[in-house]
Amino acid sequence: MAKKPVQFTLNGSEKATFVEEGQNLLDVLRRGVGDLTPKYGCAQGTCGACTVLIDGEPHLSCLTLAETVEGRSVATVAGLENGAALHPLQEAFMRNFAAQCGYCTPGMLMAAKALLERNPRPTREEVVEAISGNICRCTGYEAIIAAILEAAGSGSAASKGRG
Amino acid sequence: MPVHVETHANISDAARALSSARDGRFFGGGTLLMRALNEADQSIGTIVRCTDPVLRQVRSEGDRIAIGAGVTMAEIMANRDLAFLAPVARIIGGPAVRSAATVGGNLFAEPPYGDFTTALLALDASVRFAGESGQSTPLQDFLRDRANRRGRVVESVMVPRITDPKALRFVKVTRVKPKGAALMSIAAWLPGSGGRGCRIAYGNMAPTPVRAAAAERALEGASLSEQGIARALQAATEGLTPPTDMFASEWYRREVAPVHLKRLLLGQGQ
Ligand SMILES: Cc1cc2nc3c(=O)[nH]c(=O)nc-3n(C[C@H](O)[C@H](O)[C@H](O)COP(=O)(O)OP(=O)(O)OC[C@H]3O[C@@H](n4cnc5c(N)ncnc54)[C@H](O)[C@@H]3O)c2cc1C
Ligand code: FES
Ligand code: FES
Repeated sequence: MAKKPVQFTLNGSEKATFVEEGQNLLDVLRRGVGDLTPKYGCAQGTCGACTVLIDGEPHLSCLTLAETVEGRSVATVAGLENGAALHPLQEAFMRNFAAQCGYCTPGMLMAAKALLERNPRPTREEVVEAISGNICRCTGYEAIIAAILEAAGSGSAASKGRG
Repeated sequence: MPVHVETHANISDAARALSSARDGRFFGGGTLLMRALNEADQSIGTIVRCTDPVLRQVRSEGDRIAIGAGVTMAEIMANRDLAFLAPVARIIGGPAVRSAATVGGNLFAEPPYGDFTTALLALDASVRFAGESGQSTPLQDFLRDRANRRGRVVESVMVPRITDPKALRFVKVTRVKPKGAALMSIAAWLPGSGGRGCRIAYGNMAPTPVRAAAAERALEGASLSEQGIARALQAATEGLTPPTDMFASEWYRREVAPVHLKRLLLGQGQ
């Protein structure tokens, strides 16, 4: 299968790799450049575990044709923490017990980050809408909603993180 | 069979490539095509992409608006001139679907999808293929023969300019909240006073979105009151054979269509 070179920014650092024709971005992030934070749940667009930000917008990396990120900026959970310090959203998830098995958490965090970047003071309804494409089979969602609202209340969740 | 992906900067080149490609598919936002590729769908041989800005434009053309086929649901929601379509775009998937899903891709979406196209059908929209400058195909004709249109690139969709957002009403009926696939969607465009000139379209009541012609006829000249719409409700599914699938049975669809149509026409909360 023909391979194509692709260059993009991942959490602020330049990446250059080769992708197969038709390969999805989730696969390239996990196997090509070794970022294991976006999760593989369904490859169908239904679970949201693979959510990443592309130029600040939430996208399902399993449904993104990898070569389309040429020259663009991709952000994943790997770029959220700053050294030993967790991102305010991650702190709020911890405090609210918003992760049980944790499989949905990277997607939830990125969906929440996309929301807070545009809308730093969302209502509960807006939070529910923002994570409506993300499935959690453990928490019943309430803890996740509470965590996102709490992080928004702290006012510092939007801009933190690289990329 | 490995898939081949080619990218063109110009829409005429993309149209030529698609028409001559072996098992070619045009790439919109990829939310449906990538699913197929992830499942190793063997029917796709070539993916044709196009970066021509014309696909992303929203332009005025007299009393119509031309929406580029590559415009995403998120972009529809952010465009003031398209405020009347924002409530429809908003119900398509979650935010991460909407930042990729395009208007052009929705035209080809099979059930249970195609909600945006249902609204376009109620708006009497028309479809312009690449290379056609003045002319366009009525959406209804396009949908009738949709399977045979895959070899052509849709450049844009033409809709009337609507200033009163209440003139277009839309409901997506789902069993899973907050988001689930529609067992039925209904769009009604009420351009005049009462039911005059109204257009009603259903999604997921047939293999493609369809107009509720009998209900439209019954509404002509009627007032939008319980009494005025009674005949239209009786005719809600006349001439249609709704499917039985994993979302609902034919019987259920026939039973609930008039209920949802009534709420929509009377402006009662859905
Ligand atoms: C989780 C999830 C939820 C969804 N929810 C909904 C929903 O609620 N309602 C709904 O209607 N849909 C929904 N969809 C389906 C889909 O996202 C939308 O229908 C979307 O609008 C399809 O557009 P696309 O650009 O992604 O299509 P693509 O996958 O790019 O293409 C789909 C088809 O259209 C053809 N095509 C695309 N653009 C053109 C063009 N310009 N010219 C010619 N052919 C073209 C392609 O060749 C392909 O055959 C959902 C999908 C997912 C994954
Ligand atoms: S893995 Fe992408 S949505 Fe499930
Ligand atoms: S914490 Fe297990 S799926 Fe959400």
